[in-house]
Amino acid sequence: MIFAARTSLRLTLVAVAALSMAACGSRPKPQLQTPTPPQETPVQRPAQPAYQPPAPRPPIEQGPLAGSTQDFVIKAGDLVYFDVDQYDIRPDAVATLKAQAGWLTRYPAVQIRIEGNADERGTREYNLSLGSRRANSVRDFLVSQGVAPSRISTVSYGKEKPIDPGTDEAAYERNRNAHTALTSGAR
Amino acid sequence: MRLSTLLLALCLSLGGLGFIPAARAEIEVDVNKGDVKPLPIAIPGFGGDRGAEISQVIASNLERSGLFAPLDPKGFAEQNLQIAIQPQFALWKAINAQALVNGQVTVEGGRLRVDFRLWDVFSEQQLLGLQFTSTPENWRRIAHKISDAVYERMTGEKGYFDTRVVFVAETGGRLNRTKTLAIMDQDGANPSYLSDGKAIVMSPRFSSNSQEITFMSLRPEGSSIYLFNLETARRESLGEFPGMVFAPRFSPDGGKVAFAVERAGNSDIYVMDLQSRQARRLTSDPAIDTSPSFSPDGGRLVFNSDRGGAPQLYVMNGDGTSAARISFGTGRYTSPVWSPAGDFIAFTKQTGNTFHIGVMRPDGSDERLLTSSYLDDSPTWAPNGRVLMFSRETPGGPSRLWTVDITGRILRPAPYPGSGSDPAWSPLLN
Repeated sequence: MIFAARTSLRLTLVAVAALSMAACGSRPKPQLQTPTPPQETPVQRPAQPAYQPPAPRPPIEQGPLAGSTQDFVIKAGDLVYFDVDQYDIRPDAVATLKAQAGWLTRYPAVQIRIEGNADERGTREYNLSLGSRRANSVRDFLVSQGVAPSRISTVSYGKEKPIDPGTDEAAYERNRNAHTALTSGAR
Repeated sequence: MRLSTLLLALCLSLGGLGFIPAARAEIEVDVNKGDVKPLPIAIPGFGGDRGAEISQVIASNLERSGLFAPLDPKGFAEQNLQIAIQPQFALWKAINAQALVNGQVTVEGGRLRVDFRLWDVFSEQQLLGLQFTSTPENWRRIAHKISDAVYERMTGEKGYFDTRVVFVAETGGRLNRTKTLAIMDQDGANPSYLSDGKAIVMSPRFSSNSQEITFMSLRPEGSSIYLFNLETARRESLGEFPGMVFAPRFSPDGGKVAFAVERAGNSDIYVMDLQSRQARRLTSDPAIDTSPSFSPDGGRLVFNSDRGGAPQLYVMNGDGTSAARISFGTGRYTSPVWSPAGDFIAFTKQTGNTFHIGVMRPDGSDERLLTSSYLDDSPTWAPNGRVLMFSRETPGGPSRLWTVDITGRILRPAPYPGSGSDPAWSPLLN
C-alpha cells in the first residue's frame, strides 16, 4: 500500500515537470523594434494541473516493546499512592495493581522490587518503617493476585527519594507511593 | 551584676523544670532577678605562638553557647597581660568585664604549652589557673579544653566544646540528593568525609569512646548497619538481616548496639552484643517499633511505636519487658533520644503542619517544646545534656544543622555552612 502510493505520487511529479518544459519551449521570442520604455508584460504561465494530494497514508503504530519496562508502565502503571500515614491499598490503586499482576503473569521471567516511599512531612527514621509497610502492602496484594513471592523484593526509601520536589499537598501525595521496579527479566 | 548572674540565669531557666545544679549550692538564687543576659567576658589575645587564634576560638565557643558575651578587644585598656602578674582590675571594671581570661603560649621541646587564668574582675579573685600541653597542631583542641574549663567553672555544668559531630552532608537537588557521612569539630572546624556518597547514609551515632560510630547505609538492594572506626577507617557490617535494618544506636558502655529490623513490613527493636554478635529481639508488636535509645545506665530504652494508633514514645527495660507509653500530648512523637545526663528525653513532635524539638522527663512529665518550624528532626545531645543539635528544613530549602539549649532560649544555626542532616554529638574527647 505505502509503496503503491509513493509510486503514483512520483509519476504525478514527472508529468508536471514534462508539462512545464513544453510550456517554456513555446514562449514567443521578443521582437527588435524602436526603443520603447520597457513594458511589463504579464508572463504567460502554463496552466498547471491542480495539486493532487497523495492518497492518505496509514499511520505507523509505535509502542513499547511488549514485555519491556515501558510496556509495564503504560499497560499497568508502576506507581500507586497512599493516604497520609497510611499503608492500606486505596481503591484507586486496586486497578493498577491488578494490571501489574496480570502483566507479571504474562511475563513470568520478570523479577520486581517494590520501593516504598513517604512524603517529607515525617521524621526520617519513622518514615523508613512507613515506607516498608507500603512496599509490603503492595507485595501482599500482588501475591494475592497470583504473583510468586520469590519474584518480589521490597525496599523502603523512607523520605529519601521524592519524585516531586514541591512542598504542597499535591507534591506530598505524589511522594507517598510504592514504585514497582522491574529488576530483571524485562525485554 | 556579679559572676553569679550567669549561674542565676541558668538556675532560673532550669528552675522551672525543677533543676538546680548541685555543684554550685553556695550561690544564692535571687528569684527576683530574672535577668538572663549573657555574661560580659574579656578574652584578650594570649601571648606567644598562636595565642591570638587560641583566644578567638575560646571567645567564639563561649559566645555560641549564648551564656557569654565576649567583649570587643578594641576596648581593652590593659595590653600585654602577664600570666604571672595580677591584671589591673580597675581597667577591666571600667568596661564592665565581669570575667577575664588571659593566657600565655610557650613552645618547649616541640610541644605547645598553654597557661591560662580565669578572673572574677569585680571580686578581684582568680577562679581558675590551668595549664595544657600537647603537640602544636593540637592547638584548637587546647582552646576547646580551656573553653570547657571556663564554662564549667562559671556555670557548674560540664562543657561540651572539646567534641566532634558526625552528620550527613547533603549535596544536589531535592530529586537527586547525595548524602555523605561527614565529621567535624563542634565549631565546624576540620570537616572531612567518611563515605563516598554512592549509598544513602543515615543515622550516624557515636560510641562512648568517641572513636567509633555506627550508621545505616541504604541501597536499592536493601540496607545495612555498620561500625566505623575513626582511627583506622575500618568499616564493618553488623551482619545480614531478613529485612531492612535501621536506626542503630550504641549502648552507653559501647558494648551493644540497638536497632530496628523490618520483616514483612513490621519493624521491631533488636539489641546486638558486639562481642558475641548475637542479636536479641526486644519487641514483637505488629506496629512500627523504631528509634531505640538507651538510658545513661543502659538499663532502659526509649523508643518510638505506633502501637497505640499514632507514633508515640515508650520506655521499656533493657530486656524488652514492661514497655509503657510516656508521651500523651496531642501530636506525633518520634526520634526520642535519652539525655546523657539522664534527666530528659528529647524528641521530635509534629502538631498539624509544624515540627518541634522538645524535651520531657523519662516518665513523660514536664514536656516542653523548644523549637517550632516547617521541619525539625533528629535531635542529638551535647555530652552535658544542656544543649541539643538538630536538623531544620525550610519549605523546599536545604537541611541545615541548628543548636538549641534546654531552655529553648538560645537557638542558632550550627557553625557548618553547608547542608547537613542527622547530626550526632560525640562525648567529651579524652
